Amino acid sequence: MTALAVQGLSKSFGGLRVTANVNLKVEPGERRLIIGPNGAGKTTLFNLITGELPPDAGSIQLFDRDITKVASRKRAHLGMARTYQIITLFTGDTILRNATLALLGLSPLRWNPWVALHRQQHLVDEARAALKRVGLDHIADRPLAETSYGEKRRVEIAMALAQNPKVLLLDEPFAGLSIDERRDVRQLLTSIPRDVTIVMIEHDMDTALDLADRITLLHFGEVIVEGTRAEVVADPRTREVYLGE
Amino acid sequence: MIARGIAIAIAILALIAVPYAITEAYYVNIASQILLYAIFALGLNILVGYAGLVSLGHAGLFGVASYAVASLLVLGYGHTVAILAALAIGLLFTAGFAALALRATGISFIMITLALGEILWGLAYRWISLTNGDNGVNVATRPMPFGIALTSAPAFYDMTLIVFVVAVAATAIFVRSPFGAALAGTRDQPRRMNALGFHVWMIRFGAFMFSGLLTAVAGILYVYYNRFISPQTLALPASAEALLMVISGGAGTLLGPIVGAALVVVIKNVVSAYVVRWNFMLGAIFVAIVVFMPEGLVPGLARLSRSAWRAMSGPKKVLPAAEPKP
Amino acid sequence: MTFWLLLTVNSVTFGGLLFLLSAGFSLIFGLMRIPNLTHGSMFMVGAYLGTTFFSGALGFTLNFWVAAIVTAFEVAVLGALMERLLLRRLAGQQLAQVLVTLGVSFMVADLCLMAWGGDPISVETPPGLGGFIRVGTAAAPLYRLAIIAIAVVFAVALWLMLERTRLGAMIRAGVDDPQMARVVGIRVSQLFTIVFGLGAALAGFAGVIGAPILSVYPGLDQDMLPLALVVVILGGTGSLLGSFVGSIIVGFIYNFGQALVPELAYFILFLPMVLVLVLRPQGLFGGQVL
Repeated sequence: MTALAVQGLSKSFGGLRVTANVNLKVEPGERRLIIGPNGAGKTTLFNLITGELPPDAGSIQLFDRDITKVASRKRAHLGMARTYQIITLFTGDTILRNATLALLGLSPLRWNPWVALHRQQHLVDEARAALKRVGLDHIADRPLAETSYGEKRRVEIAMALAQNPKVLLLDEPFAGLSIDERRDVRQLLTSIPRDVTIVMIEHDMDTALDLADRITLLHFGEVIVEGTRAEVVADPRTREVYLGE
Repeated sequence: MIARGIAIAIAILALIAVPYAITEAYYVNIASQILLYAIFALGLNILVGYAGLVSLGHAGLFGVASYAVASLLVLGYGHTVAILAALAIGLLFTAGFAALALRATGISFIMITLALGEILWGLAYRWISLTNGDNGVNVATRPMPFGIALTSAPAFYDMTLIVFVVAVAATAIFVRSPFGAALAGTRDQPRRMNALGFHVWMIRFGAFMFSGLLTAVAGILYVYYNRFISPQTLALPASAEALLMVISGGAGTLLGPIVGAALVVVIKNVVSAYVVRWNFMLGAIFVAIVVFMPEGLVPGLARLSRSAWRAMSGPKKVLPAAEPKP
Repeated sequence: MTFWLLLTVNSVTFGGLLFLLSAGFSLIFGLMRIPNLTHGSMFMVGAYLGTTFFSGALGFTLNFWVAAIVTAFEVAVLGALMERLLLRRLAGQQLAQVLVTLGVSFMVADLCLMAWGGDPISVETPPGLGGFIRVGTAAAPLYRLAIIAIAVVFAVALWLMLERTRLGAMIRAGVDDPQMARVVGIRVSQLFTIVFGLGAALAGFAGVIGAPILSVYPGLDQDMLPLALVVVILGGTGSLLGSFVGSIIVGFIYNFGQALVPELAYFILFLPMVLVLVLRPQGLFGGQVL
């Protein structure tokens, strides 16, 4: 059984082909890195996988279950979680509230309009625990607006992890981080247990390369090279894609 | 927490005392108006402040409930039937509004709700056989809950106050609930909410229905207060007034719409007797708030008082200069 | 038969007036992405200002057409001032801009009421155009046909401006892609002022030439604005052809509706608009998806 599989996935905007016949097979527990120059269609691929964008053609399976037609909000309930390239957190709230909302999405409590949210102790405790996992519980009550960019990125990841996902999609988790912050996030990612499958888009190859088991290289929406780190690095097409810019 | 509880208790006591402290019926009536419009504003605020969806057609929903009561009374039904039916009809129309308007967000949402409000106004104005058109419908009597007459200004005020307190409590509970938090989430980051597993459309629809409920309640209070309903109550200026109440007080807060309603009602009734025309003032205040204090009075004054407090609480700490300038 | 012919002529005439009103509204919406809720007010102010010129209240009377042009200019200035002083402060905040136009529309309505009073003012058809043209056994009012002709002339002129002039190219670029337009050096904020002024001018002009038919009264703005809204939603924002076709359609629905099903007149007018917004948000002729 594969954790995440994609066949013949394609998407065009007007005349522009952004995703071209992509095939992908990610094994459970694998750490897959998706790389490619700007405009290669990496984020679009993520948007197709999460269902935020409907594909023109192709299919997607999550643990062998076809989810191509499943609404994107339901995919969260099936164990898929993602982070975004741009920070899409709730800047008017505290870190704890952000984490609580992430947990609420999967809880039937989210339809309840009469109990008080802050009194749902089990939910609040779980949120704190999720923040502890990323080392942010000491500032849980701080407003998000007063945190650093690096801390915000960790909150993003915490929120995704709080959903106890089976497949975690990370879109450029290292973007814009300082060296120290990168180290913290790296540590965080390596500490995630292998019952979570990780697919990561990243630009910064230095940091990301050794996190990956397998690498997929995308260019103009197509899979150009795929394999282990050694294989992809050695492949002449990789050099072409990056140096041919 | 305790301070808040005491403040609320004091506020409620003060409100109860109004008809005893102010004996002139005219002013007690204004107080009743403030309370019922505050309920309307709280309802609209659910959409504007908490869902992030600006409606310019809510007066239509307000008026539908009013017309429902008036028409059913004219047809010979009793008050209980009229009120219950008006609530049901109001919710039905709200569901229709929501189903159409929620296809869009942002400016489109404003335009769809504007159009829907205009449709209802147009029907009230033109469908003379149903609504008596511009002549309006009179409401002869007020209900008598538990045999208590509501004909006097203080009695009507007391009943309105009870409904008001219930409405505020319901709104407070709603806003602090998980559903309320989810709603605010859809306002701030709808995409993220969707990815987290929330059903954004359904959440907005639920909020719309709650908003419609409060609006219908306000409309029912209004028609009994005024004992008359005419198409003007559903027109665009009426929707704009409601929006002004929300944004002048502060959208997305509980106190804001109440303060805004008080502001708009007072200016409309008391001041406009002496000063220029009301519509001009409405427009001017609208523009002033949007341009100068878009967050509204409650947050705006809070912000100003915080900076005033800081300024008053002693000499500013001056950061030491890094290096003395040559 | 005459009834239907007259109704048709009236519909097309009204459509012509609506075109003059909506073309500006559509351009403003397409370029600035906001429904200008003062557009009805501009129409009404134009009508009121125009009547002042014919009434002799200023000590002199102007020729009808001269008055129309002068009024258009005045209203253009008003529109441009509002854009410059209020809307530009809120650049990028569409919601705030819409609310400001709403507020200003109330202010203008009351100012008109204070200045010209509450009684409707009827305006005579300009000299020379008061008669009828015989079409077979029927007679069509000459002035209405004149309005149709004027609307067509303006339609062509606007089209030429948009397609053939530099200004027009800049407007089209701004409508299609404002970011890109800025990047290639188009002074988008100046363009906003110009287009806003132009839209106001057209609305004001329409108000004057429409006055002999509609007369001038408080509430004229509230009557015209929703119609402009419907036209632009049906036809598509930023589309001149859409405004033209939309205006004719609305002209017919409005007039036939009033005549045949007066009770549901508003309903049948707005329902297509709501349906289009819900089903095909970009309007019948493309244009902006809102």
